[in-house]
Amino acid sequence: MSKLAELQVGQSLEPIELAPVSRMDLIKYSGASGDFNPIHTIDEAAKKAGLPGIIAHGMWTMGNLAKLFTPYHEEGFVKDYSIRFTGMVFLDDVITLKAELAEKNENVLHFNVVAEKQDGTAAIKGTLDFQLV
Amino acid sequence: MYKDMIGKRSEKVLNTIERGAVRKFAHSIGDEHPIFIDPEYAKKTRYGRNIAPVTFARTLDFGKIEELKLPKQGLIHGEQSFHYERPLYVGEDVYCYTEVKDYYEKTGRSGTMGFLVTENNGEDADGNVIFRSRSVVIINEAVRKEMMKE
Repeated sequence: MSKLAELQVGQSLEPIELAPVSRMDLIKYSGASGDFNPIHTIDEAAKKAGLPGIIAHGMWTMGNLAKLFTPYHEEGFVKDYSIRFTGMVFLDDVITLKAELAEKNENVLHFNVVAEKQDGTAAIKGTLDFQLV
Repeated sequence: MYKDMIGKRSEKVLNTIERGAVRKFAHSIGDEHPIFIDPEYAKKTRYGRNIAPVTFARTLDFGKIEELKLPKQGLIHGEQSFHYERPLYVGEDVYCYTEVKDYYEKTGRSGTMGFLVTENNGEDADGNVIFRSRSVVIINEAVRKEMMKE
């Protein structure tokens, strides 16, 4: 793994493709986060809310996306991380996590980040600033 | 309908960043990196201790704003952001509160939607900011109408 600081503008981190989203993923996230909204775990509740099926917590996807940066903890930390939730994630969706270096300012690396679904649309997208220390 | 809530905030709540909670959270997002969960590994890092994943802050208790009544269903999480002055450390005490920052409405094809902006903040014992986080929650027309009746 090369250093984050050596990345050039326009280059990307190695994308991560997640396993298809399972109900157990969302049950675990409900427990770990304390967000027990049943539209994330129980089919009937999702249908009642007008959804075709249960959907992932937006925060589950946002939490996953940040892990692209975890291996670089000795170089710095995530200073700013902003996301728009743009598409719903359903069971069996395959999410790919991506980050591209958009700009470098002294000690801050500005990334464009996205969690893409198998059809290429964004489930969530935004920016992440990594503070080098 | 939430305009008069802007500026209202909760009392500060003491949260301890619990090792077990961090481990379970890291597992739930598929990020079981030793920086989060292994104390021996953490000793050799720049922090000398374990840290929490960026989005873990969302799970803390920020207290309640008594006057703020939100619908139980039908809220859509539209946006979320975090700003950190430094990572959160496992085992540390964090004082958390929430504040309503803004409320506005937009009218489009699907009716009038409400946008509620809240900030959830964490400070150390001396009142220094560790993190600020902001969320935009969207309240759709149907839910708004239900709320108005009550």
